[in-house]
Amino acid sequence: MSYIVPPGLYALGTPGPESPVVVTANYKMTYDTVRRALKGYDAWMLVLETYGINVWCAAGKGSFGTEELVRRVLASELAKVVGHRRLILPILGAPGVAAHQVFRQCGFSVTYATIYADDLPGFLDNGRVATPAMRELRFSLRERLVLIPVEIVLELKTLAWVSAVVFTACALAGGVPFALLGLGAYLGAALGGIVAVPLLLPWLPTRSFAVKGAIVGLLWTLGYVFLTGGYGSPMTTAAACLLLTPVSAYHGLNFTGCTPYTSRSGVKKEMRIGIPVMGISIMMGLLAFALSPFTGF
Amino acid sequence: MNGYRYLENVVSLTLDPSACIGCGRCVEVCPHHVFILDDSKAVVADRDLCMECGACSSNCPVDAIAVDAGVGCAIGIFNDWLHARKTSKRGCP
Ligand code: SF4
Ligand code: SF4
Repeated sequence: MSYIVPPGLYALGTPGPESPVVVTANYKMTYDTVRRALKGYDAWMLVLETYGINVWCAAGKGSFGTEELVRRVLASELAKVVGHRRLILPILGAPGVAAHQVFRQCGFSVTYATIYADDLPGFLDNGRVATPAMRELRFSLRERLVLIPVEIVLELKTLAWVSAVVFTACALAGGVPFALLGLGAYLGAALGGIVAVPLLLPWLPTRSFAVKGAIVGLLWTLGYVFLTGGYGSPMTTAAACLLLTPVSAYHGLNFTGCTPYTSRSGVKKEMRIGIPVMGISIMMGLLAFALSPFTGF
Repeated sequence: MNGYRYLENVVSLTLDPSACIGCGRCVEVCPHHVFILDDSKAVVADRDLCMECGACSSNCPVDAIAVDAGVGCAIGIFNDWLHARKTSKRGCP
């Protein structure tokens, strides 16, 4: 199955020289969504070569951009196909495009229509004016849910490696039962960051993703220690908290890469503060574990 | 965007009102409604909502807007720091 649609000019319905020209990416799913949304309309669809990547990511990489747009307008001889000189672009494609440059280079003026293709009919019916609702970005539970499997797959390698290290270290320290206990604790903390943070995003306190993750991690650790029979002493419980909280915090912070509202500057700030704190926490946790047999609690 | 807000006072977005010609392009492209047009001049209405996507600055015809655009992806930033490479483009997985 191919995820790529050949770039070029496509007809939807029976478009004429005055029909609107809608620009999109050549990711099959994006293309299909636009097609479906415009069912019953006569329009031209100009598909850009984005190498099978969606509009938003392609705009960031620059493949959905001024250069490719101008090239495609010229290659498809759009100026001969339509009488007007207007292009309709998705709002999320805007980071890759300079509308004034497009106009300068090929004579077509750009209108950024809507964020979601579903709103295109409404946009066209509204005299090609976007209402504020059409420019509203959504990040509902459903949008967050679909990201979770992607995140898990992306993290699989890290999870496997750390699991192996945790298992081996715990096995050496306390045999196989302890190793299984440790593995469960680690995986729970990691999934706390990967699954619980996206799921509970609006309800977790603070704006910092690392702190959101840390809260999940702390709750997980205390719950796990309690459920597994209050394993160990106060010292080992503290050690578990110090070791596991940063794991959830790290994966929570990682989710910023998937959200449509976190700025790069903000993430940098979180990392500058968060990474050293996580490192210190893990060191103290290891130390606490090492010392626990000698402290007597 | 249904109440989501990120950290305060971190965003690198700047607007030069004296250069602005009031074309409204920034209002049109910003997915977070950061700008409003007031008396034919763009005004930053809510700076903390900016996600630094760069759409406003790339589409402003007179370069009145500057922003350090890029994706807020921790691993990407970390790799940039490691390699000390200057990549301002967003890199999606
Ligand atoms: S895009 Fe530039 S010139 Fe146009 S309103 Fe915004 S700041 Fe002003
Ligand atoms: S960088 Fe993006 S989010 Fe920030 S103000 Fe510009 S268009 Fe809006």
